[in-house]
Amino acid sequence: MVPDRISREVVIDAPPDVVWSIVTEPRHVARWFSDEADIDLRPGGAMLLTWHGHGAYQARVETVDPPRTFTFRWLRRENNEPREGTSTLVEFTLAPEGSGTRLRVVESGFQQLSWAEEERARYADENSRGWIRELDELVDYIAAR
Amino acid sequence: MTEEADRLWAALADPTRQRLVDLILAADGATATALARDVPITRQGIAKHLAVLERAGLVEASRAGREVRFAVRRDRLDQATGHMARVLENWDRRLATIKDLAEAEHDAQG
Repeated sequence: MVPDRISREVVIDAPPDVVWSIVTEPRHVARWFSDEADIDLRPGGAMLLTWHGHGAYQARVETVDPPRTFTFRWLRRENNEPREGTSTLVEFTLAPEGSGTRLRVVESGFQQLSWAEEERARYADENSRGWIRELDELVDYIAAR
Repeated sequence: MTEEADRLWAALADPTRQRLVDLILAADGATATALARDVPITRQGIAKHLAVLERAGLVEASRAGREVRFAVRRDRLDQATGHMARVLENWDRRLATIKDLAEAEHDAQG
């Protein structure tokens, strides 16, 4: 129905090193992804992706293995630190195909989104609501006897 | 950007919760006890998953005698699958743009 990861790919009539530059260089990223892009292209490096009218979103570079793998963790909310639970992982994989390149993108981590921090805050609340339900059931049960 | 839609997705991206939604849809509403007969987890485990689905607005609870009956909210389910379709479309569009840019760059270098 709704998967935790999605995967798409395309075959490009250009060699991997050319595709790599398009996928990773800020001036190109600002054309296919955001409206503006700042990228510190090294593992742990900061990325700032700006969409005019939507705001600036932070991401963090995870893997840089030219011209094969580029991954980053993309924060789904404005102005916050990307980490598991509030971000998805985007993985670009480049493989030579003939004189061109097969480019695959995988975005994953939807399952954990939003819950990490909320779970903790709401756990007590949910728990007490659960107990109220159980008690209601007990009261009804006793009343029915 | 899409926090609300992400929450829907997060709630649905778990295989057990997908199974529960399928079962509730098929039965046109079900109690945790009834669901426990079809899913190999405890009633408490099911209650926890139902709480996540309820919090995301994907199911709604109503009283049915001594038990709580859960029904799937079709509008929210449609919203979740629509969001996924848009995320896929966005990547297709981005990959198409990358292809155009890379091929133009390659031709220019050519």
